[in-house]
Amino acid sequence: MKWILSAEDIQHEDRQRVGGKGYALTVLAKNGFQIPETLCISSDTYQQYVEHTGLRERIQLELHRKDFKEMRWEEIWDCATRIRNMFLRKPIPDHIAKCLKPAIRSRFKDNPVAVRSSAPEEDTAEASFAGLHESFINISGIDAILEHVRKVWASLWSDAALLYRQEIGLSVEKSTMAVVIQAVVPGDRSGVAFTQNPNDASQGVIESVYGLNQGLVDGTVEPDQWVLDRKTRRIISHTPATRRFWIVPSDQGVELNPLPDTMSRMPPLNDEETREVFNQARRAEDFFGRPQDVEWTYRDRSLIVLQSRPITTLASGKTDDKRGWYLSLHRSLENLKSLRKKIEGKLIPAMIAAAEEMAVTDLTLLPDRSLAEEIKHRWEINHKWVNIYWDEFIPFAHGVRLFGQVYNDAIKPEDPYEFVDLLTQTQMASLERNQMLEDLAEQIRNHPQLTAQLQKGLYAETAPDFRTQIDTFVRKYGDLSCAVTGGSQCAQDTEPLIQILLEMANHPRAPAGLRDSGKVEILKEKFLSYFGGEQRAQAVELLELARTSYQLRDDDNIYLGRIEAQLLAALREARQRIKNTRIREPGDSTSTELEAVLADLDHRVKMPNPYRQETGATFHIKPRQLIGQPGGPGIASGTARVVRQHADLADFKYGEVLVCDAVDPNMTFVVPLACALVERRGGMLIHGAIIAREYGLPCVTGIPDATALIETGDKITVDGYMGMVTIGTGEI
Amino acid sequence: MDKSHDIQQRLRELFESQQLAVLATHRSGQPYASLVAFYATEDLKHLFFVTPRTTRKFENLKADSRVSLLVNSSTNQTLDFHRAVSVTVVGNATEVDSVERQPILEQYLKKHPHLEDFVRSPSCALVRVSATSYFMVQNFQNVLELHFSQ
Repeated sequence: MKWILSAEDIQHEDRQRVGGKGYALTVLAKNGFQIPETLCISSDTYQQYVEHTGLRERIQLELHRKDFKEMRWEEIWDCATRIRNMFLRKPIPDHIAKCLKPAIRSRFKDNPVAVRSSAPEEDTAEASFAGLHESFINISGIDAILEHVRKVWASLWSDAALLYRQEIGLSVEKSTMAVVIQAVVPGDRSGVAFTQNPNDASQGVIESVYGLNQGLVDGTVEPDQWVLDRKTRRIISHTPATRRFWIVPSDQGVELNPLPDTMSRMPPLNDEETREVFNQARRAEDFFGRPQDVEWTYRDRSLIVLQSRPITTLASGKTDDKRGWYLSLHRSLENLKSLRKKIEGKLIPAMIAAAEEMAVTDLTLLPDRSLAEEIKHRWEINHKWVNIYWDEFIPFAHGVRLFGQVYNDAIKPEDPYEFVDLLTQTQMASLERNQMLEDLAEQIRNHPQLTAQLQKGLYAETAPDFRTQIDTFVRKYGDLSCAVTGGSQCAQDTEPLIQILLEMANHPRAPAGLRDSGKVEILKEKFLSYFGGEQRAQAVELLELARTSYQLRDDDNIYLGRIEAQLLAALREARQRIKNTRIREPGDSTSTELEAVLADLDHRVKMPNPYRQETGATFHIKPRQLIGQPGGPGIASGTARVVRQHADLADFKYGEVLVCDAVDPNMTFVVPLACALVERRGGMLIHGAIIAREYGLPCVTGIPDATALIETGDKITVDGYMGMVTIGTGEI
Repeated sequence: MDKSHDIQQRLRELFESQQLAVLATHRSGQPYASLVAFYATEDLKHLFFVTPRTTRKFENLKADSRVSLLVNSSTNQTLDFHRAVSVTVVGNATEVDSVERQPILEQYLKKHPHLEDFVRSPSCALVRVSATSYFMVQNFQNVLELHFSQ
């Protein structure tokens, strides 16, 4: 049992124990390269930790809640978040810590260190985990170091790492992690060297920035780039960067600062230094026997190698490696800030304008030919916005996730989703709509005559004021009969709306969201109290960004719905005209033009909806207890209302459990009537879970085949604590 | 050699070594068996397990507290017939109230640390089976009975 090893003591047989990164550093040190002071916490230590804390089986239970292939990325992120929280909340047991502390203390004292992942499966020629596991820079003090060791261990189970391991077929059971602890070298210039250019095998590439390497690695600081000839080692070209920032060590971690003017005018390396870096990197290539990706730093003109690993894209020759995509699942605060600017400043106003512009046209005045053109035009607009929605709005939801991670790291809460409560202090468009519905229901509740008229279907005879309000509602939110990006499921009248209003009026008013602003304030203070000085300002900024991101998860669909409503209005008009023409003159030439455009559209609007999959059950399965994800805490029993198409919502009764494939914000108007929610699509941050939390309802998401296995009328119990749905009364 | 002491020790060892027990309940006379992760007290008087309140086993034992548990050390091999030990527990099951819950859960989690999230879920009940008798089977057919006078 080797708990912790010094770079000088690592032998060839320790390779698995210290991981690729740890072993490579040893080889470099033994061959005369200058490396920082290095210790390696072995993978044996990791194994002991997960064994003694019970985490080994807890992780497996978490990963095997469901078939991995049936999990959406959101569910895998949730899974990774819960596992990360387990590591954050389980300190290293004393008997293990005792074996680590003396060596770390005597080696590094109170000096800052980097805590880096070094998984044995990392950095082999076949697989590159570069960037998938975490590393932390500038950590001081034994307790902080050991806490970050746990974070590195946890990153073995990050969403990106889980997906990547799944893709390249590595077993999750055998995954293990060593950790490299290295003295931080406060280098004045740093960079990476690729001994072979991925695009041209005769060349090598060097990239360099001022300050620490982190900015280059995560893309926040633009590097100068040199291309060299591998054979002659001559510099072929130099592409200077717009040098504006550098990363420097700060109290806890690192910070991005503007680069002093004198430096911004000079490249970080001169020609001689560039060649020195390249020569060192080539020497590493000679030792390891294949092209290397070397991280280095200069301190006072002395070149220090931080790490060296094989260039995996060359070795495997694979072009379908998705690591880059998995990495893009996490976005930096800077990236999200600029995305927010774009969404709020440009995209949403443009969306509102697009809907309003279309609304100006009086469709009834258009000749058939122009109406056909208008339909095509509106389809294009709708299509464009659906694409923008996927490309820009969906990634912005990462703001919530980034915040979640920062919150959990700071507070280590028992519930890894406590942070969501802190985001709910926002006015979401769907809640505003539900409020309006409640006000309309209130009028019906208080006026028996109005109730009687509506029950008899005499809407036209109700008071003009009431009808005006209904019209206003429909103009703003549609008639509640349409789903986003569908179009084929519209009832296109106010009947569903009236039915829902009557049902709401028949029961006491639902509490307008259960959020407790006092609790939110306490959580906010608790969160911010972990940060001081500049970090506090950043925390405030991140919280605000996350709130916007959270709110947009809901609002963007509402705005998209308004655009779609305009397309639907044009379609409705066209269908009506065709119907009328048929009655008068079958085969009328003008209607064929409209028919053609509708037929074309029918083909085109059937876009593959990633959230809808019909399950064709060929034999009888009677489910009893289905496992999904805990989407909202609480437990409730009721009769299931399975919503297979949007029109089913109109039949929703008070106290029922909403069971559906995917809740979208345009259908959450029945939530105030529901006692619980069950959804096939999984995740803690999907609309169903968000709205359930707002109303304090138990919610379970990620039940595979929920709408196929559960029938309307089934008595079901929704356990939102454990993410479990029980069906039936348990007769034997 | 105190045989009674020896047998109790063997029971303790079995209970410590085994993670799972088969629980038998019934509904209207229809027997119903299920698997539970259990923990037994040192004095052998009580066994504990955790179950969601929505399960059949929980509904059944609420309706009739008389239950039986089977704990055994078989490993799914032929040699089990001579080597495995099986113990049938007969007793009464009750839900542990919130006052007592915490200290018992701590003991329970020492044996099953990976079930932390499960046992802490508010929708789960901690159930105590107070044993009235044990029926211990060894060497294939050798049966001993232990009866508690509680």
